[in-house]
Amino acid sequence: MSEKILTKRFEIPGYGGTLEDYVATGGYQAIAKALKEHTPASLIELVRRSGLRGRGGAGFPTGVKWGFVPKDPGLTKYLVCNADESEPGTFKDRDLIMRDPHQLLEGMLLASYAIGCRTAYIYIRGEFIAGARILERAISDAAAHGFLGRDILGSGFGLEIQPHRGAGAYICGEETALLESLEGKRGLPRLKPPFPATAGLYRMPTVVNNVETLSNLPHIVMRGAEWFSSIGTPKSTGTRIFSVSGHVRRPGNYELPIDVPMRELIFEHAGGVRGGRRLKAVIPGGSSVPVLIEQHLDIRMDFESLAKAGSMAGSGGVIVMDDTTCMVRTGEVVARFYHHESCGQCTQCREGTAWLHKTLRRIEEGRGRKADLDLLLDICDNMQGKTICPLSDAAAMPIQSYMKYFGDEFERHVVEHACPFGSRDGS
Amino acid sequence: MEAHGGVLMTEEDIQQILSRYPHRRSALLPLLHLGQQEAGYLTEEVLAQLARRLGLSPVQVVEVATFYDLFRLKPGGRREIWVCHNVSCSLMGAEHVVRRLEEELGVAAGETTRDGVFTLKRVECLAVCDLAPAIQVGADYHGPVSPRDVAALVDRLRKQ
Ligand SMILES: Cc1cc2nc3c(=O)[nH]c(=O)nc-3n(C[C@H](O)[C@H](O)[C@H](O)COP(=O)(O)O)c2cc1C
Ligand code: SF4
Ligand code: FES
Repeated sequence: MSEKILTKRFEIPGYGGTLEDYVATGGYQAIAKALKEHTPASLIELVRRSGLRGRGGAGFPTGVKWGFVPKDPGLTKYLVCNADESEPGTFKDRDLIMRDPHQLLEGMLLASYAIGCRTAYIYIRGEFIAGARILERAISDAAAHGFLGRDILGSGFGLEIQPHRGAGAYICGEETALLESLEGKRGLPRLKPPFPATAGLYRMPTVVNNVETLSNLPHIVMRGAEWFSSIGTPKSTGTRIFSVSGHVRRPGNYELPIDVPMRELIFEHAGGVRGGRRLKAVIPGGSSVPVLIEQHLDIRMDFESLAKAGSMAGSGGVIVMDDTTCMVRTGEVVARFYHHESCGQCTQCREGTAWLHKTLRRIEEGRGRKADLDLLLDICDNMQGKTICPLSDAAAMPIQSYMKYFGDEFERHVVEHACPFGSRDGS
Repeated sequence: MEAHGGVLMTEEDIQQILSRYPHRRSALLPLLHLGQQEAGYLTEEVLAQLARRLGLSPVQVVEVATFYDLFRLKPGGRREIWVCHNVSCSLMGAEHVVRRLEEELGVAAGETTRDGVFTLKRVECLAVCDLAPAIQVGADYHGPVSPRDVAALVDRLRKQ
């Protein structure tokens, strides 16, 4: 059994994630250590050397991102924790918030100290009512014990953390849409550059980091960059919490070395395919990434290996489908989602997602024609590469991949004028 | 949504929320959440009040409120039943659950029961795919929901 880092405390009998529980198990020692032993610059260097990469989706190196923040002490800087967790198939940040909120708060303290932030926000998806309550409670407990506030542990460093609830919009997980939303506006992604590190919240330098990314920091500070980078591969370090769902026996969150083979994750940890059925397809990083098939099972789950296999590590949400699944129906569901969530600023995305959805629904309902298959590919081509944010790509690439691996299935729908799986629900 | 009914926006609540941000416009989403609790939806009066407080035009406030799925500009049921119809839930039979809920409540998804108790809503991934097919009511999650459980679940919710 490999060592867990972020979820190790979950296994302690009776661990409830309270401030007392956290402190009794070594919590808030990392911030004390960092305030004593590190300058902001040496802390950024430590995180850079650890190789930690963002767990929100893009996998950008965390220390490098922090390094882009201007050092000018006259500038107000912000840290924003991305707790929007709305990529379909992903539910790891939920556990990190519910079961160990202080680990996240300590991570935010460390990141804030490194970039010189005095007020940080947690943008939490509006549906996550229980999580917002837990965070509010944790923040007030931490403040009452002097871990948040004006002068933390007598160091002169101060930090205030504010939770901020979203209100039901997938696009607000994209960092610039998130910042617009936090400013009280519609969640419309901004054109980049400028990047948030130079002009983010209120146009001030801002770091946006995912819940899981931040939760790693206390461990890196306590145990060192070399220890962290010894887990995984040279380019993808540490563990990752994989959220496994769909047709597996034991759906759930599994924290494993980031380069665990897909086969081990699905068959050993998640218990394999339900009812002894055959594995048909795996979406390895949330609904935005291209699908993989049985022949890919020995691929490892790190950023490079999944990219080399033609997919992406994305959000760590692993959706498993067995041989009862209709891929046209899956495509219809995915396309419907992106159509609903497109913010509408870019024509290709607004129109493309609508056409994708409409065409896939037509094919699934047995009303499709052969020409619709070429139409689908054309739509996908036109959606990619020239939009304000990556949502348009995220809608097109999965559909292309379903057609690449399961072209015969799409074909049968239009030839037989019916779904060969006979159901609109693949269950 | 949390069950609502007559939670009034007090000046103290508003001040408390405003104090969290250096720019008052940032308070708009939290204030819309709060304002929605008064009547269960955002009334004209609440929207106008928020616009005044934040120095925005009523149009700016409405534009934001309509962008987000959780804000309601029309009255609905006292409680919302959210049923996820995204990929993982769909793979596990969400459409059967939606159909059973529609039968049990006697409304189509998106509608409110005649007695005004429930609004049934299809929603996107709720980040509880390990409970697929999943339902959320208020802060509580239910899942995996089998179509056979639906009648008993609705019964329990009615009594809560
Ligand atoms: C459409 C879209 C949705 C996203 N949703 C999320 C999300 O729910 N949570 C998240 O942490 N990052 C999400 N991201 C990625 C963020 O834009 C950003 O890269 C991330 O929060 C940075 O943090 P990290 O470097 O720690 O990963 C999304 C990106 C896109 C394009
Ligand atoms: S790609 Fe789509 S979601 Fe992204 S900004 Fe353009 S229209 Fe909006
Ligand atoms: S797909 Fe339904 S909760 Fe994630």
